Amino acid sequence: MTTNSAPAQTDALLDVCKRIRRHIVEMTHAAQSGHPGGSLSATEIFAALYFGGVARHDPLNPHWDRRDRVILSKGHATPVVYATLAQAGYFDAQLIPTFRALGTELQGHVVRNRPPGVEMSGGALGMGLSFAVGIALGHGLDGLPDDEGQIFVVVGDGELNEGQNWEAIMSASHFGLHRITAILDRNHFQNDGPGDEIMRIDPVADKWASFGWGVQEVDGHDVVAVRDALLTARGRNDAPQVVICETVKGRGVSFMAENPAGWHGKGPSDEQLAQALEEIDGGLS
Amino acid sequence: MTTSRWAAVPEPPPAATREAYGPALVALAEAGHDIVALDADLSASTGGNKLAAAFPERWFTVGAAEQNMISIAAGLASTGKTVYAASFAVFMPGHCFDQIRVQIAQQRMNVKLVASHGGISVGEDGASAQAIEDLALMTSLPGINVVVPSDAVEADRAIRRAAEDDQPWYIRLGRPKLPIVYTEGASFELGKADQLRDGSDLTLIACGLMVEPTLRAADTLAAEGLSARVLNVATLKPLDEDAIVRAANDTGAIVCAEEHNVIGGLGSAVARTLSRRCPVPMEQVGIEDRFGQSGTWTALLDEYGLTAEAVITAAKRVVARK
Repeated sequence: MTTNSAPAQTDALLDVCKRIRRHIVEMTHAAQSGHPGGSLSATEIFAALYFGGVARHDPLNPHWDRRDRVILSKGHATPVVYATLAQAGYFDAQLIPTFRALGTELQGHVVRNRPPGVEMSGGALGMGLSFAVGIALGHGLDGLPDDEGQIFVVVGDGELNEGQNWEAIMSASHFGLHRITAILDRNHFQNDGPGDEIMRIDPVADKWASFGWGVQEVDGHDVVAVRDALLTARGRNDAPQVVICETVKGRGVSFMAENPAGWHGKGPSDEQLAQALEEIDGGLS
Repeated sequence: MTTSRWAAVPEPPPAATREAYGPALVALAEAGHDIVALDADLSASTGGNKLAAAFPERWFTVGAAEQNMISIAAGLASTGKTVYAASFAVFMPGHCFDQIRVQIAQQRMNVKLVASHGGISVGEDGASAQAIEDLALMTSLPGINVVVPSDAVEADRAIRRAAEDDQPWYIRLGRPKLPIVYTEGASFELGKADQLRDGSDLTLIACGLMVEPTLRAADTLAAEGLSARVLNVATLKPLDEDAIVRAANDTGAIVCAEEHNVIGGLGSAVARTLSRRCPVPMEQVGIEDRFGQSGTWTALLDEYGLTAEAVITAAKRVVARK
């Protein structure tokens, strides 16, 4: 019923990452827009969540009331979400070329329940952790057991500029919401350039810890390490948890990773697509 | 300086519309509704503290953090709860409009936003505390019901009615104690204008705190030989366009009165309806596109022209244009 019952082996996880990356570059190529850089950086995070036995979910019953919820707070990284949901069987991968086209289910920024499996509308940064606090409070009122109804929120490092995140981080520990695990895609670049130049967030691990959260730091492109950290976080019932994933914006496609600021929000050309797919299949990641 | 026209308050004992909120929440919880209410450090003023006292497990305060409150409300609603969130109208929507826009309106969440301290009748706290633009913001969002009750009786009905559907609502309440309009009870109906008087020469349309002085204006006009229909349009959205068009057809002239900027509130909505379906002369009584300031609430309403006398003047002006 859930991917939790049959976590993929390491080789399979690596293969899933390749397929997710292929979809990311294919759909941003088809749309000639979208956000490939911050999707490629989050690929291992999503592979671990959906295929590593971390998030309990059921593509055939996306509204299952005891499911874990995966929330994309950095709501522009839709390509990695749609690529993952397609691989997981939430919708037909043939829809992928319709990304961002008029009438599509695959909207430019996430829209709740389009397609089913998308838990929250986003695109306006900074709202995901607060939304998770609300879910966790609701689950508490409903008396769900500790290991059910976990909430995983993927946030960007540039996104942490938004003050609402810190309101949510404060309130999650205040309310004792250990069901919440934040996953920071620490790719070091935001829309206008390097995060350290635009608005420094370090020492981000210390900040989070000082708000009463449990903190882990991992190589965000080591899918096994990400999976293990998320499983550890999932099992902790003493405090909300954050897994800080050190990542590279554009990871897996050399010309994107070498120029991350240039690949925040645009799609590759035909030639660039061919090169990107070749590199992904070659396993640079 | 003249004596305020708002100084004399008739019987029955006046009540603020905001005073309806806490008791209505408690009544809903007692009746078995699965409600949860949120406050942002203003629960004594909104009345949310009454639910906190009676049903502590159904109430959360998030501190002074309205953005967090709105997104939390959306998350709670996604687990099947009927969620009420309360603050002052300057902070909600003022402090959290994008959260309301994306997480409540676009996601169509079952969240009832109850904003107290609407308008300039907040009084001495001054311009930053006086919402003159909240209705413009809220009516511009697709899919949210926007309601401005005229007294504490109607406020109670509206707050409790909101729990009966799963739609997002914005209910604007006020701070001052006002005369009761519905002394014999109100049967609030979402999206329906309530005709309080019939008349043939013009129609006075009001919402919120301007309903009671508009009724007094109609009495004065009647004594002077002008027959005024009076509509309480508590629901700005969805607007009862048919009642407005009927009034225009029957009486040929309209005055709108509201405690809001004349741009973007009830008057704008009525004008949009009339211009499209039945153009007739129309006048507005409202805040003429300027911010508030400190002062007693009665002095402010006088200063900004939100009085029965202003409605009478506008009525004579609009009838002369027929």
